Amino acid sequence: MASNYTNYLTYREALESGSTTAVNEVKSFLTEIESQKHLNAFLETFDETALAQAEVVDQKIKQGTAGKLAGMVIGLKDNLCYKDHSVSVSSKILTHFKSLFSGTAVERLLAEDAIIIGRLNCDEFAMGSSNEKSAFGPVLNPVDTTRVPGGSSGGSAVAVAANLCHASLGTDTGGSVRQPASFTGTVGLKPTYGRISRWGLIAYASSLDQIGPFTKAVQDSALLLEVMAGGDEFDTTSSQKPVDAYASAKSEGPKKVAVLRDALESEGLSPAVKARFIEIIEKLKAKGHQVEVVDFNLLNQMVPTYYVVSNAEASSNLSRFDGIHYGYRSEQATDIESTYVKSRTEGFGTEVKRRIMMGTFVLSTGYYDAYFAKAQKVRRLIQDKTKAIFQDYDFVLTPTTPHAAFKLGHNSDDPVAMYLEDIFTVHANLAGNPAISLPLGTNEEGMPFGIQLMAPFFGEKELFGFSEEMMKL
Amino acid sequence: MDKAVRDKYTVVIGLEIHAQLNTNSKAFSSDSNQYGSTPNSNVSPISLGHPGTLPRLNEKSIEFGIKLGIACNSDITEYNEFSRKNYFYADLPKGYQITQFDTPICTGGHVPIRLSNGETKNIGLTRIHIEEDSGKSIHDIDPFNSLVDLNRAGVPLLEIVTEPEIASEEEAYEYLSEVRKLVRYLDICDGNMEEGSMRCDANISVMLNGAKEFGEKVEVKNMNSIRNVKRAISFEINRQIELCEKNVEILSETRGFDAPNGSTIQMRGKEGVNDYRFFPEPDLLPYVVTEAKIETIKAEMPMLPNELLAVYTNKYGLSEYDALNIIEIKEIGTYYNQIVSLTSNYKGAANWIMGTIKSHLNKFGITIAEFSVTPQHIAEILLLIDTHKISNSSASKKLFPALLKSPEKTATQLAESLDLIQNSDSDDLAGVIDEIFTKFPGETGRIKGGEMKLIGFFMGQIMKASGGKADPKMTNKLLMQKIKS
Repeated sequence: MASNYTNYLTYREALESGSTTAVNEVKSFLTEIESQKHLNAFLETFDETALAQAEVVDQKIKQGTAGKLAGMVIGLKDNLCYKDHSVSVSSKILTHFKSLFSGTAVERLLAEDAIIIGRLNCDEFAMGSSNEKSAFGPVLNPVDTTRVPGGSSGGSAVAVAANLCHASLGTDTGGSVRQPASFTGTVGLKPTYGRISRWGLIAYASSLDQIGPFTKAVQDSALLLEVMAGGDEFDTTSSQKPVDAYASAKSEGPKKVAVLRDALESEGLSPAVKARFIEIIEKLKAKGHQVEVVDFNLLNQMVPTYYVVSNAEASSNLSRFDGIHYGYRSEQATDIESTYVKSRTEGFGTEVKRRIMMGTFVLSTGYYDAYFAKAQKVRRLIQDKTKAIFQDYDFVLTPTTPHAAFKLGHNSDDPVAMYLEDIFTVHANLAGNPAISLPLGTNEEGMPFGIQLMAPFFGEKELFGFSEEMMKL
Repeated sequence: MDKAVRDKYTVVIGLEIHAQLNTNSKAFSSDSNQYGSTPNSNVSPISLGHPGTLPRLNEKSIEFGIKLGIACNSDITEYNEFSRKNYFYADLPKGYQITQFDTPICTGGHVPIRLSNGETKNIGLTRIHIEEDSGKSIHDIDPFNSLVDLNRAGVPLLEIVTEPEIASEEEAYEYLSEVRKLVRYLDICDGNMEEGSMRCDANISVMLNGAKEFGEKVEVKNMNSIRNVKRAISFEINRQIELCEKNVEILSETRGFDAPNGSTIQMRGKEGVNDYRFFPEPDLLPYVVTEAKIETIKAEMPMLPNELLAVYTNKYGLSEYDALNIIEIKEIGTYYNQIVSLTSNYKGAANWIMGTIKSHLNKFGITIAEFSVTPQHIAEILLLIDTHKISNSSASKKLFPALLKSPEKTATQLAESLDLIQNSDSDDLAGVIDEIFTKFPGETGRIKGGEMKLIGFFMGQIMKASGGKADPKMTNKLLMQKIKS
């Protein structure tokens, strides 16, 4: 089952009928992870706890008391807290750190009998678009190992794409789920901000971060969201809105779909992506949907706004990693000042330091108004314009990424070029809307790429319904 | 300092008070806010600043802020945003403090203080805002390491900032005393400066009278009692005036108070100023204070010191001195209120508190909370005195000590068992007086002849003969009648 997994419902039937067991499933994944070690997707597998959970699940299946996700084997991005397990956000600075608690999303998965198999490599502190910025080495794209899997949740994307688990969790601050989903041919969701509690998600940029699943099938994504979503007293920014039955979502009637002119006419768009994107538009029209090109005119402001806001928040969120209370402390430290300076200098990677410094700068006296305050204003403009579009349209359609996965090392000397990888994805984070990347394209080199569908706030049910329809195009 | 020199200068002081709120749990977590717990025992991953944690607002800290705002006639802010104040320190596990920056819970308002000339002066408030406390760094236990106790990390504070309207160390003293009384009456902070639950920083400058610009401002910290605030300010004023007199420039700096020497010493200069990089806290939603919430809190407000003063002086007829004396300590004020809810002898109740009770408390060094005689007992004693059943002196000298020993008994029970119920029957008394006249014929002749200084002698003899039970007032009256007859 493990290697030819298609969706959870089919697998569940196999579990119920006894043609496979959760224990078998976990064991074969552990073997596969070992044999695919060169992909560098898993930082650690939780063999003992995963097998123990699997045994319990098999019992529950027999007794008919198994939860909604019984036996679903899930990998966690290495920024999600799982009680008594290591978590490092792929950074040296959290050396030897174990979490004292499980995050809400993880708790809810466990409560429905999902199995946590291990933690997945990512860009350090979720900062990156290629997964080359991990302190534990790059993750390779299983479709072509000379290429990146995207980031920052590269390990999570690869784990699903390479059949190392049934599903995985990533986090998406500016596209960190959708972009690697695009590069690996998986389904990647960024829910509405506040839909899934952030309790237990190690923050990069608090006002943008959301947990999101990687799956093979849209219905698995819906099922996972159904379980993880909902208000949480531990995260006051989580929404109390009732959770819809996402897994049973169906698309009904013709929809109005907006295509952003700036995306369609974007210079960086690769020919293969553009051609497929136009083809999809035509197919949607042919099926009776109304697809219109609308002007947005803020595409060029997206990435700068995103980097000012996210780095500002990150500079503060990452202050707690100071070498004093937990994690890495420099052996050269002699007093409090040198403990900070040396521990942070040695513990953080270059990209993290770059972003902390940038974030510190934009919040500094004398620069705050020019950068942070201005970015907040532009963000508000983006939110207002986005809301206005959703007054008239059900969805916004763009490519997820301008192109398919690039070669390892391709953007490594040019951080700005790397930042532009996020051009289509940061929109949903800045505005807070849900968005999904659907594996709908393959380029001339056989590399997959995704098409992104964005919906109004808390419009996940409609998003899933329409995604199912899109997957048939 | 020569008064003439000091009088050439105008002193400008602004105070910042940090009041630790006595909520059950911390400001942004459910960790206990219990003072004096074992170090690092009131700490969940939130207080520890562990990755993946998020703050959760304790609404009580907002309510406490509103209470103080109502008491100070401040404007209550409807839309409350929280901000992060970023700086590194070992006892600040998150690397930032959650505070209010652009939207303090209260703005404006004032605290009235009484000046030595009897006038009242309103000290204006700039703002009151909510923030979380840091942990505590301890440098004097381990000879090689600094220790950090995070029990205090996340404890809610109100920072109360005055306008630069305090003109002397005496005014600062009065202001702090008033604020301490207020937070205690509101039951939001225990106001204990020695334990650090109330802390004060002073910004002090001096300028020549009539000058248009304030002098360079110096911040003084580390004053752990109201008295030390006064001493520190006093020292700092003199220091600054002396520098001005010598035409030496005053540096804008932070100084610490050195209590043993009564002086201030430099802690850090201006160049050490942090850029705190305040920005809105993205982990907390803004808190909206509704009109209904304010009304609910208003309805629950206790009587405040100034309101009590008005009642005591206007309705109860106490002198301002007596009233202030009783109000000074909240628990004593409450005790008094309980007595006068049972008796209308307001003045008598006040006298008992300020006399017998206070001297007992002082003698044993205890607070009224540790005092076994109840307000009911005192009210009953007052009733016994007012109905001439016992004398004032036997009440305080005999009944009161007996009540201390047997607080489970009523005052009447004890008065009876001690045989203190006095004889107020005038026939009996008249008989006793006649007996004494017979016993001391010489003295009787002299007093009847007008030698009134002997009255004390006769009163004493009558009291002795009656076993102390004669009502002194009645005795005096009868004795006077008999002398003149």
